[in-house]
Amino acid sequence: MHLYILRRLLYTLPIIVGVTIVCFSFIHLAPGDPISAVLPENASPQVVAEIKAAYGFDKPLPIQYLKWLGHVAEGDFGTSIMTHRSVVSEVLPAVANTALLAITAILLGFTIGISLGLVAGFSNRRITDRSVTAFAVAGISIPHYWLGMVMVVVFAVLLRALPATGMGPAGTDVWLFTADDLRHLILPAMTLAMIPAGVLARSVRAMVAEVRRQEFVQTLRGKGLGRARIFLHIVKNAAPPILAIMGLQFAQLLGGSILVETVFAWPGTGFLLNAAIATRDLPLLQGTVIVLATFFVLTNLLVDILQTAIDPRVRRA
Amino acid sequence: MSAVAEKAVFGTAPATKGRSTGGFWRRVARHVLRDKAALFCAAILAAIAMSAIFAPWVAPADPYKTSMIRRLLPPFSPHFILGTDELGRDMLSRLIYGGRVSLTMGLAPVILATVLGGSLGVIAGYFGKHINMAIMRIIDVFYAFPSVLLAVAMAGVLGAGIVNSLISLTLVFIPPIARVAESVTTQVRDQDYVEAARATGASAARIIVQHVLANVTGPILTYASSLVSIAIIISSGLSFLGLGAAPPIADWGLMLNTLRQAIYVAPVNAVLPGVMIFAASVSFNLLSDSLRTAMDVRA
Amino acid sequence: MRDRGGPAQPLLSVTGLRKYFPLRGPLGNVNAHVQAVDGIGFNVMKGETLGVVGESGCGKSTTARLLMHLIEPDAGEIVMDGDPIGQGGITVRELRRNVQMVFQDSYASLNPRHSATTEIAFGLKVHGMKAAQARQQAHAALRLVGLDPDLFGDRYPHEMSGGQRQRVNVARGIALNPRLLILDESVSALDKSVQAQVLNLLADLKDRLNLTYMFISHDLNVVHHVADRVLVMYLGKVFEIGPADSIYAKAAHPYTKALLASRLSMNPAHRVSAAPLTGDPPNPVRPPSGCRFRSRCTLAETICAVEEPALNDIAVAHQVACHAVTPGSGHSLARGIANAA
Repeated sequence: MHLYILRRLLYTLPIIVGVTIVCFSFIHLAPGDPISAVLPENASPQVVAEIKAAYGFDKPLPIQYLKWLGHVAEGDFGTSIMTHRSVVSEVLPAVANTALLAITAILLGFTIGISLGLVAGFSNRRITDRSVTAFAVAGISIPHYWLGMVMVVVFAVLLRALPATGMGPAGTDVWLFTADDLRHLILPAMTLAMIPAGVLARSVRAMVAEVRRQEFVQTLRGKGLGRARIFLHIVKNAAPPILAIMGLQFAQLLGGSILVETVFAWPGTGFLLNAAIATRDLPLLQGTVIVLATFFVLTNLLVDILQTAIDPRVRRA
Repeated sequence: MSAVAEKAVFGTAPATKGRSTGGFWRRVARHVLRDKAALFCAAILAAIAMSAIFAPWVAPADPYKTSMIRRLLPPFSPHFILGTDELGRDMLSRLIYGGRVSLTMGLAPVILATVLGGSLGVIAGYFGKHINMAIMRIIDVFYAFPSVLLAVAMAGVLGAGIVNSLISLTLVFIPPIARVAESVTTQVRDQDYVEAARATGASAARIIVQHVLANVTGPILTYASSLVSIAIIISSGLSFLGLGAAPPIADWGLMLNTLRQAIYVAPVNAVLPGVMIFAASVSFNLLSDSLRTAMDVRA
Repeated sequence: MRDRGGPAQPLLSVTGLRKYFPLRGPLGNVNAHVQAVDGIGFNVMKGETLGVVGESGCGKSTTARLLMHLIEPDAGEIVMDGDPIGQGGITVRELRRNVQMVFQDSYASLNPRHSATTEIAFGLKVHGMKAAQARQQAHAALRLVGLDPDLFGDRYPHEMSGGQRQRVNVARGIALNPRLLILDESVSALDKSVQAQVLNLLADLKDRLNLTYMFISHDLNVVHHVADRVLVMYLGKVFEIGPADSIYAKAAHPYTKALLASRLSMNPAHRVSAAPLTGDPPNPVRPPSGCRFRSRCTLAETICAVEEPALNDIAVAHQVACHAVTPGSGHSLARGIANAA
């Protein structure tokens, strides 16, 4: 078991290195000179050469990469071209905001999804099954940014019940939350929650239905086990793959909240990414992407290890 | 040998009467055609696609014609069944023309990624060992990015535009398809009939094309078809962020973006393009589901 | 391939064949080997059926695949009708034209997406035949195994019964006109009645097409029925090889005797209270020193742990690898045996 964890960790390292290489190459993939944003107008070739040397762009690529990697390892992601503050100081608060949104969304989504899935899986009525499946399919097919707009239309424009954009005044200090903060949080969280809700409803329903059909459940009923105990047995058996899906959904949500954040002007990493792209602020772009990707990789790793701990049958190389 | 003796030696009646019930794809098609929900979705998609292809004849007005006095007319206005957008252009026409870009941006990356990612996965799966390790490790690096993040980041880096977002979306879909292809190919490679094919002395290329591919394209295509709905959503999302199609091109995602400002004044108009994205996405999803169940059933 | 050396020259001559499979530790390093086939040698004479028997994991199937070069041997030489395989002699491709294999009937022995004709024609096209002619040949092969090409030619595996699938397997094996057909547990998965039909078919084909068979099976009764000579394998080694009647009547190796004794009998007079062979074969990664059977052998002595017995003649064309029956080996039971003629 510990050997497995060690192996997975060792295996993740080259992946993270690969991620850094991809992020590093962003600068050089972008059309135009990497330093064009910093260059003054009509700079003479001499000035250009000087600036290039100052930034280290005149050295060969692998050296540039290693130097950059060295900075990153120390936590120095460079300076934002737009705000002139360190990238780290921009990214960290944004991560906190996104985390608040993501965690709320994930809790909501899991609760809704799992409850619906359980209801549909245990019910024998076709209409329950059909409606939950319809909900699930809608959840995964709906463009979540559009759903966000619809929510805004319904709750902010037509009903005037909730604010359309922005984050609550308390920020991420959850213990200072007032009703106002909650009102700002509800719509984006509900919107983001739809996809995991849909995925989970479908998966839970399928898993429960399959486990119910299996022979050992019939054996349990034959032994006269009460319904509550059987329910627990079924849930225990259906749990491992569901937990894996939950983990993956959370990881996806962390990285994929860009569009919803844009709709609700939520000051998270997605919003930051947008701004970085709009102003061609490459250091900020790189920093944000690296942080998000690393979170994603680590979350996946954690999910893998947890899953192996729970279900020894799953042991991937 | 007498007839009786022949029967004794060579066995009696065949398992099924008459000849074959048809190849694999014919059986799959039969199953899908019997699924009413799938047929309904196919009809919707066909309607959207047909109207997109024949847009100049189907659309009631010029999608680029602006009119300052006729901005944001509500649906059911005279001459404008679905109203007009923030620049006075006919919504229905723009939605129809929008189908061209949006559907292409959904289908093209998936098709490209299937060809590229599928080939990579099959090669990695068949040859195993070092080739497998090399290919799959690189794939894993790209897998380390959440899809939307990778798409946005790449599009952001390459710059806005349809071609660039096509490239970034293809890159996003190559890893999952390659993984599925590798996994299925590895299973197929270990079967006896592949060993029998090797035993005839056939070259690897021949075995892959004639034995492996036939058994592997089914699952790969099913998986790829489930990605189309995601592709439509993400590509429209890119346009929504301003990274895809540029104005004045008609594209559903872009329309959502530009109409956002009008959300307080004309809410219905603002959400209309999303309905199209939703419809297309759901239809592709249900169709691919039907395809998957059709392939699980053995005739 | 024409007959080169006449009936006295073995069709296939194997010496020192070895294959070890590497085992990898958790970090990917190789730390042990499964000694699947460990330096075996034997001949396959033209026109005979050589039966190969042994428990699961003894290396029978690995040997078959080594013979066809489906797995690369670590060491050893294979000579086909006087020509060695490899440098100087026959290429692997030519080898595969002359040696074909019929697999156990699993659903996966035939490509589920290929009709019977397509599956058989594949091998022919690989060796250069044009599509139309390959189809003709495939139909001819189907006819030879008793399947009407009009009825079965376009059928897919899931539309055929087990026996019919196995016939298609055989047809695929003979389509290239090989000289040697390796049958790896080819009837083991069939019902008894269907087994009989397929065995009769194989006997018929052997005469008609002048084939040589290598019949691998764990079913001793079937092997007795079909084989001319029998080869007994254990944990990667050959323990006994000789004429079928000789082995079945007067087996010399304690392992062979135990195998034969463990066959179920329909005769109520033959009751056995103790199992003739107990336990499982030892770990092929760390086989016992000396004779590999000594941990389960009732006749084992010190010499058995020290020295590995080699194949020795004990009768005409009958060889055994056991100290207890080899004169001069040092085993207590061998002292009384006169030298073989």
